[in-house]
Amino acid sequence: MFELLGIPPQVLFGQLLLGLINGSFYAVLSLGLAVIFGLLNIINFTHGAQYMLGAFGAWMLLNYLGVGYWWAVFIVPPIVGVTGIVLERVLIRRLYHLDHLYGLLLTFGLALIIVGFFRQFFGVSGLPYPPPPLLTGGYNLGFMYLPNSRAWVIAASLIVCLATWFIIEKTRLGAYLRAATENPTMVGAFGINVPLLVTLTYGFGVALAGFAGVLAAPIYAVNPNMGADLIIVVFAVVVIGGMGSILGSILTGFGLGLIEGLTRVFYPEGSAVVIFVIMALVLLVKPAGLFGRSV
Amino acid sequence: MTTDTNPIAMAAITSVGAAGMPRHHLAIFAALFVFLVAAPFLLYPIFVMKVLCFALFACAFNLLLGFGGLLSFGHAAYFGMASYVSAHAAKVWGLTPELAIIAGTLVAAVLGLAIGSLAIRRHGIYFAMVTLAFAQMIYFFSLQAAFTGGEDGIQAVPRGHLFGLIDLRSSEVLYFFVLAIFFAGILLIYRIIHSPFGQVLKAIRENEPRAISLGYRVNRYKLAVFVLSATLAGVAGATKAIVFQLASLTDVYWTMSGEVVLMTLLGGMGTVFGPIVGAAVIVTMQNYLATFGDWVTIGQGIIFVVAVLSFREGIVGVLAKWLRKPL
Repeated sequence: MFELLGIPPQVLFGQLLLGLINGSFYAVLSLGLAVIFGLLNIINFTHGAQYMLGAFGAWMLLNYLGVGYWWAVFIVPPIVGVTGIVLERVLIRRLYHLDHLYGLLLTFGLALIIVGFFRQFFGVSGLPYPPPPLLTGGYNLGFMYLPNSRAWVIAASLIVCLATWFIIEKTRLGAYLRAATENPTMVGAFGINVPLLVTLTYGFGVALAGFAGVLAAPIYAVNPNMGADLIIVVFAVVVIGGMGSILGSILTGFGLGLIEGLTRVFYPEGSAVVIFVIMALVLLVKPAGLFGRSV
Repeated sequence: MTTDTNPIAMAAITSVGAAGMPRHHLAIFAALFVFLVAAPFLLYPIFVMKVLCFALFACAFNLLLGFGGLLSFGHAAYFGMASYVSAHAAKVWGLTPELAIIAGTLVAAVLGLAIGSLAIRRHGIYFAMVTLAFAQMIYFFSLQAAFTGGEDGIQAVPRGHLFGLIDLRSSEVLYFFVLAIFFAGILLIYRIIHSPFGQVLKAIRENEPRAISLGYRVNRYKLAVFVLSATLAGVAGATKAIVFQLASLTDVYWTMSGEVVLMTLLGGMGTVFGPIVGAAVIVTMQNYLATFGDWVTIGQGIIFVVAVLSFREGIVGVLAKWLRKPL
């Protein structure tokens, strides 16, 4: 096989694949943040903790109830979504009339509480989640080896992202949602229950985080801290993309994952910070973000 | 992030003492000074020094949040990086403690200038996310860079001789050095708040478009207060490295950024003395609950939630309301 700049193709494509996996998580998580931000105008700092809840949900189903991975994919996101709905109804709702920064502080506090509890009861060493049999094999594509588990993560997150895009851009419910984002008072005057819409939107965004958590369980160890560092990178992804457009969030997520993978091949030391460097460049050139509408 | 203080109404009910400082502020500063001079004989000096370092850190943060209206979620970057540089300067370069602290402070100022000039291009929530992301970048840098010692941090930093003369190995002697730094820091912050510059900052916080229409170059003011805040956070971090003889990844991690937000929020943002009270409460809590592991984190989370939902003025803010005097 050919070599590219002295790098064997197996290494290059392997890292690109890893990058695409990270990109899947960036895309699903930043999509959830963007959906929540659009209607609630808060940045959901609890998102990382809710991603962790998704992974723990899958782990608990398997270890306490013997329910396997494929069921967890469908059961856990709604459950995590419901916990989000409870948080929104009981706590977050009280802050809508205040400066949006209070929402950030509240969700930060909630994240500390949730992560603290899981650290206290499950430790920080990480719990293994055995991948289901269907995901253990892989295909040899000639230029690289494609493990099933990774192909599944990329496919599943693409499907979920596109389904979210379809719901928001092409359905009646999505039309209500976009209208309420533009002008909640007017939409309320038309007889649409905007507070309910807000609650459901938060639940949906949180369910997306839970879904990402389930996807992550067999790939990474299930760990209370798994969401904390990830969510900060996702914040940078959100700043780079801007939260104006759904497709923009998806594209930015996958694109930045790929760039991170490429950096790991050519300059491994820079892979942890490359997204932050890109963020700095975007702030210099286009402060509103690549797909953002206003500052 | 606004507090309802109407300077004119407040001035009317506030008697002004010497040097233009309201009498009750003068009295509080004096009482604080007397208490802190006596403190090392009543309390464990290292503990009080820890409170002083974090109180200065929180006051520096409050300068940005409470008076500039800018929520930075990445102040650990300046605190932690200054602490690394000061530890490195004292240990490897063999500088005297005051020079090591100055070196750390300068690095924090430069870092604040670089990050601040990018971050002020965005507002509100985005500003918070940008500062947090840059702080995480500094964390990853600290994790990988050779001079920070990675996971181990920089340990056994010598306290050295102040000005090459006064031996700081005794915690009692060191205490008064730290006390001097703390008082210089908060008096400087007090001066900044009550200067014309501080008044313009308040105007920008309350109504940015109006400040622009009045001809103020808003971004310059924002950047200036950002750099000042980062620099003073750097003083606190650099001093902390000398006191504890340690600089570690904890100082530069996002949890530290969260803690300083919590201290300021709990004490009362936009008040002069609130962050000092908030820092004292949080550090005391960490000290006494240290054996309970993650319950400290949970407790901090609960304080955050309660403070945001029903205690937004903070401890000193509520006191100020009762006394009808700005504190």
